[in-house]
Amino acid sequence: MDALSIEQLTKRYANGVEALKGIDLKVRPGDFFALLGPNGAGKTTTIGIVTSLVRKTGGRVSVFGHDIDTELELAKSCIGVVPQEINFNQFETAETILTNQAGFYGIPRRVARERTETYLKQLSLWDKRHAIARSLSGGMKRRLMIARALVHEPRLLILDEPTAGVDIEIRRTMWEFLRETNERGVTIILTTHYLEEAETLCRQVAIIDKGRIIENDLMSNVLMKLQAKTFVINVRSPLAQAPVLAGYACRLTDPHTMEIDVTKDRGLNDIFVRLAAQGIETVSMRNKVNRLEELFMRLVSHSPAQGASK
Amino acid sequence: MTVQLTEASPSRTDLARTDWIGFQTIVRREFNRITRIWAQTLLPPAVTATLYFVIFGSLIGRRIGSMGGYDYMQYIAPGLIMMSVITNSFGNVVSSFFGARFGKHIEELLVSPLPNWLIVLGYVAGGLVRGFLVGGCVTGVALFFTHLQIHHIGVIALAVLLTSFVFSLGGFINGVFAKNFDHISWFPTFILTPLTYFGGVFYSISMLPAWAQTASHLNPILYMVNSFRYGFLGVSDVDVGVSFMIMGGLAVVLFVTAVGLMNRGTGLRE
Repeated sequence: MDALSIEQLTKRYANGVEALKGIDLKVRPGDFFALLGPNGAGKTTTIGIVTSLVRKTGGRVSVFGHDIDTELELAKSCIGVVPQEINFNQFETAETILTNQAGFYGIPRRVARERTETYLKQLSLWDKRHAIARSLSGGMKRRLMIARALVHEPRLLILDEPTAGVDIEIRRTMWEFLRETNERGVTIILTTHYLEEAETLCRQVAIIDKGRIIENDLMSNVLMKLQAKTFVINVRSPLAQAPVLAGYACRLTDPHTMEIDVTKDRGLNDIFVRLAAQGIETVSMRNKVNRLEELFMRLVSHSPAQGASK
Repeated sequence: MTVQLTEASPSRTDLARTDWIGFQTIVRREFNRITRIWAQTLLPPAVTATLYFVIFGSLIGRRIGSMGGYDYMQYIAPGLIMMSVITNSFGNVVSSFFGARFGKHIEELLVSPLPNWLIVLGYVAGGLVRGFLVGGCVTGVALFFTHLQIHHIGVIALAVLLTSFVFSLGGFINGVFAKNFDHISWFPTFILTPLTYFGGVFYSISMLPAWAQTASHLNPILYMVNSFRYGFLGVSDVDVGVSFMIMGGLAVVLFVTAVGLMNRGTGLRE
């Protein structure tokens, strides 16, 4: 049984915008799944339909075998959702928000209080339990939404850009927490604009563009499809021109920096050997862009334009 | 503490328990909201009622004499209590529900496994809580100014329950359609207040000309105020049985409408 099964899902908004054009998607239990796409591709609409905030036009959706048309309540009881926008009562305390949310999922008050403590502590918000939500920082609000989504201990956690606008330190703490959550057996679906985040965390990836799925595979398989990667190399002594390296395209961006395109059938050792042979000492090397980002841009830019979507 | 994760989906029996706990949670949240902002929810009706009793009851009422066989202060007391119940039941639900829509935290409930009818009932129960709390406060104020006898406690309880239920549902429906804060004050200002004032709170409709008496029978608040007054004083301008039928009918129609709007996702789901 899939954690999430989507078949031929379509959505046409009242204004005529066709946000989803028949997408198919399957997420296996225990997966850490990235749903990527540019703004307006249909990610949030898809999540909205799964969580019942958006009504579908056609197709089928089931969560752990519960069809949302016939067993909506059972399907919803399996899901925890962290939306893109802050959507808790800003005038309630962090503690109240979590205990109430647990109550909405039928968790008895005593257990709800225990879980509230557990998740507020896990997300480093226990000290702020009596603080009015409005007074929390942006990063704290994001963490509070994650704690709220987990307080009823769902089998499927859906995160719609959970780290948007938070600093890198908090983001990495959240990554670690999400990885641990996934290791405990929770299936996670993540949408994000930080492709490094998806590449770091997710094992499976689907890319959606203009309401269609244009890629859906294991992250490792998707990354293998990159034909070439670009590396940035810093050299100790200034260069007047880019060195000639047979089989590699090499460009000089400034006297100490050059970019080299490396196809996936070539290794990196050969580059260092050839540079050393020319008396060029390498100081450092890094990827020019995130690998997934590079692939994402290629896929999206080649996707056929078929009208705007929400 | 190690977190134990759910390994299986809940059964339908679990969902029934979820519904009950979820309902309690909504009501508790509403109760906490009402008491947290008591200066906005409980105090103003008590102050307003005091002014009504001082001005209409004590100062003007003394010159009016008796009405329906009771002194004017006694006659208007049930109407003033009911007026506060109506206004506050409506106001509680419309402000709480629209506030939840405006702040988007209604989504907490929409994504939960609670069915739509239960969400409606939860908000309505919040309206009942506010109606009963305010009704109790205003009754307390009334007792400072006049003596209130009880003719039929069952009629009093049923009248206040049905009235609060009906206007809580009215507030919910208003909250569904409202697009801004102006829209949640429009109905109370231009519809509810005139209907309340013409609903026999301050007078017996027997004092009105025939056409106005007939027109008054189209006002549902007339039946609510008079059945409530009957419970205290044993006098009413309308048949109490008919009043309960009208209130019950309105409650059913408005409940079905509110749940229907939720099921359609009006103002909530795209």
